[in-house]
Amino acid sequence: MSFPWAKEYTPQHPLMQFLDEKLPLPRLVYNAVGAGYPVPRNLSYFWNFGVLAGFCLMVQILTGVVLAMHYAAETTVAFASIEHIMRDVNWGWMMRYAHMNGAHMFFAVIYIHIFRGLFYSSYKAPREMIWLIGVVIFLLMMATAFMGYVLPWGQMSFWGAQVITGLFSAIPLVGEPLQIWILGGYAPDNAALNRFFSLHFLLPFVIAGCVILHIWALHIPGSSNPTGVEVKQESDTIPFHPYYTAKDGFGLGIFLLIYFTLVFFLPNMLGHVENSIPANPLSTPAHIVPEWYFYPFYAILRAFTYDLTIPFTGVVLIQAKLLGVLAMFGSILLWFFLPWLDKSPVKSGHYRPVFRKFFWFGLIPCMAVLFVCGGAPAAEPYVMLSQIATAYYFLHFLVILPIISSLESPEPLPFSITEAVLGKDDNAKLGGATAQPAE
Amino acid sequence: MATTTDPSVEHAPKGEEGPRRRDFINLAAVGTAGVGGLAVLYPLISQMAPSKDVLAASTTELDISAIEPGQSVKAIFRSQPVFVRNLTQAEIDEAEAVDVGSLRDAESLADRTLPGNENILVVMGVCTHLGCVPLGAAEGENKGEYGGYFCPCHGSHYDTAARIRKGPAPTNLVVPDYEFTSDTTILIG
Amino acid sequence: MIRIGAILVGLFFAGVVLLWSFSQGAYTHFTEEVEKGPEYVFYIPPKSPEGGFAHDGAFGKWDLAQLQRGYQVYKEVCAACHSLEFVSFRNLEQIGYSEEQVKAEAASWMVPGINPDTGEATLRAGLATDAFPSPYPNDIAAAAANNNAIPPDLSLITKARKKGPEYVYSLLAGYEIAGPQGYEHDGKVLSEMFPDFQTVAPLYFNPYFEYLNIAMAPPLVVDGQVTYSDGTESTIPQMSADVAAFLTWAGEPSMVERKQTGWIVLGFVLFATILAWLAKKQLWSGLKSAKRKD
Repeated sequence: MSFPWAKEYTPQHPLMQFLDEKLPLPRLVYNAVGAGYPVPRNLSYFWNFGVLAGFCLMVQILTGVVLAMHYAAETTVAFASIEHIMRDVNWGWMMRYAHMNGAHMFFAVIYIHIFRGLFYSSYKAPREMIWLIGVVIFLLMMATAFMGYVLPWGQMSFWGAQVITGLFSAIPLVGEPLQIWILGGYAPDNAALNRFFSLHFLLPFVIAGCVILHIWALHIPGSSNPTGVEVKQESDTIPFHPYYTAKDGFGLGIFLLIYFTLVFFLPNMLGHVENSIPANPLSTPAHIVPEWYFYPFYAILRAFTYDLTIPFTGVVLIQAKLLGVLAMFGSILLWFFLPWLDKSPVKSGHYRPVFRKFFWFGLIPCMAVLFVCGGAPAAEPYVMLSQIATAYYFLHFLVILPIISSLESPEPLPFSITEAVLGKDDNAKLGGATAQPAE
Repeated sequence: MATTTDPSVEHAPKGEEGPRRRDFINLAAVGTAGVGGLAVLYPLISQMAPSKDVLAASTTELDISAIEPGQSVKAIFRSQPVFVRNLTQAEIDEAEAVDVGSLRDAESLADRTLPGNENILVVMGVCTHLGCVPLGAAEGENKGEYGGYFCPCHGSHYDTAARIRKGPAPTNLVVPDYEFTSDTTILIG
Repeated sequence: MIRIGAILVGLFFAGVVLLWSFSQGAYTHFTEEVEKGPEYVFYIPPKSPEGGFAHDGAFGKWDLAQLQRGYQVYKEVCAACHSLEFVSFRNLEQIGYSEEQVKAEAASWMVPGINPDTGEATLRAGLATDAFPSPYPNDIAAAAANNNAIPPDLSLITKARKKGPEYVYSLLAGYEIAGPQGYEHDGKVLSEMFPDFQTVAPLYFNPYFEYLNIAMAPPLVVDGQVTYSDGTESTIPQMSADVAAFLTWAGEPSMVERKQTGWIVLGFVLFATILAWLAKKQLWSGLKSAKRKD
């Protein structure tokens, strides 16, 4: 791919020339994240989060491999092996806290990354494939995080496994056999723990593979940018290295400051105290919730409290349990359709006055409510709030977005990124183009 | 498209200090990141070293009162076998009759036992060749050509003082640190 | 087509939640009054001991003398019913005992062993490498001896409760020995608001416990129950704070090391971040100044 003005990799050293001929790995890196990748010159700090997410994945794999050297996936010793890591393994406490809080940071970064994409419509042509792979990565992350949370075999681990696999039992006919198959038994036990460990080890590498596809797909059209106007000319871009490597380096520093504050000073803040109690299949904790990054989806799950019946007959059409499960999976799966739901030719929310209002005053408060309600007990007023927010969530993506993308009249776009940055672009007069979205 | 030089990548140095200062800051930033990366290696490497519980569990206490002359027992020390043998007078004589200088690993029986208890021979049951457990500690096992221990893996023969006499092993069976805590108990490690 | 489908699906989900679940839930919410039980009114959240704990805060350090006193309270009081399975005697070296003292201390406990001649289960003197023994051979024995309430293991108790160290302290020092009769908090009288509330044996009344009635008998009942060798006056709050500090250490022995490492790491990262910022600024200043339309 790439733009015609992208710099060519020219190895100087004979060794590098040899390597370039036999296995052009340095060339690959040079063109991917080096000087050979021209990037729009106007990226904001919201564009740092892709690199940060990649960093999180590496931290998780590294600390995870270390933890797997000391962990034992067997129900009678799993909990004790975690305590062995915390107390006896050299730097074990640090590795474990880094892994725990690394997961929190990973999701925080990913959520910002996703909402960056939603605001700037990064899912639109020509970047549909990047978005689709991204949704797959997010689903894989959720599965990985869930299975990882089961491994310490504390109370929340056990009951999380019970409740989440219970979601599958809502599926008509095959639900219960499916749940039993997933668990390898009638309740979470050794079989479940072992397969979750195996898959928790495997999936991050699948994610890494998807990340490579994600970046590959990104390099076909190149990065988007805050104006949503596509790159037209060389002056619109700067090389990734050194400009964005430096910017990402600074962003990484800020990220690490927050991450290490969590790891070293508030390591258990985002966890649940119940997971310091060994799993007890005979007693459920009073207040059972997933980790915070699942809260919005958990809130959607719990928003459906009544079976759908034919009015005045009492005939149940769909049980509330199944509705909740459908809505929860649907709330993520609908992201797959976004590129075709939002047909507005303008990408950036900065130039879409109506979309922008619905984004900031609709979607963001809606997500905030879902985050709060997902972690709150299943009682009023949280249930009612989460119902309103859930309704808005579906309306926003499935109804409002398609409608406003047809009705809204966008604000005038700059001719080019250069014009957006410098205030003028000499090529604009030459080309005589009016402000049209680049396709 | 790229007809003119890119106006965006002009690095007009501000004064003569410009380039030098920039290079210094870049070097310092990259260098610091490198130091940080190296520092991360330390815990990553040291986590594989023995953990605190492994290091703590490194002594073994053993009651040797029941070992008759000519008999030996196997115990566990640091997850490895230890042979404790009560030597008969004949075995002691046999060991002492050997010219120490002619041995591959020159040690006398006295070097390998504690004074006053020359009949108690404590050695690690780990062949110094490649770590197999030699035979000869249990009744009826092959004691090798020199009446001590015999490693079946690659045919190392040890004599009654557990010194290497024949075969590929480079050194005698290792005598661990131990002491008598009473007349009948030893503490290994 | 896909958009029409989406609009229908969206209206379906939104309609089902809003019209159906929401209206039913709202109807129930406004017509049925939920009565709040006494645990909502009279439960008191955990409190810090006076002056807090020495290990509190980002610069906190262990107070070794207090940890040793707390260990004494655990040994003489708590250990009768509660195990401490993830802590070994050798760990006591970390709270200021010498190797010899730890050996002697370990030997004063009897731990499960095996008779080397007969192979039968037996008891032997503890070694430094042994974990603290459980007072009961198994959970069934623990339940049988305690009216079916198994005393929890204490190794992680301060991590297994919200505000764990404060919780342990408040709970131990907070028993209302007189029971709920005439109990008053914030000007509210329990027996007037909830005449049906009772504390029936074998339960005990403790407002710092979530459900107000706790199965654990008050472990610290008189001042001076434990005689401290360092001369500290062993009042009930003092003993409670000491054992809470000890259990905090038992729950996370690496806590102080963690915070100290954290300062070094944060300092280094802050330095590196400032350098990265300078480098970035320097580099980008070479580009023509940016005017963003946002």
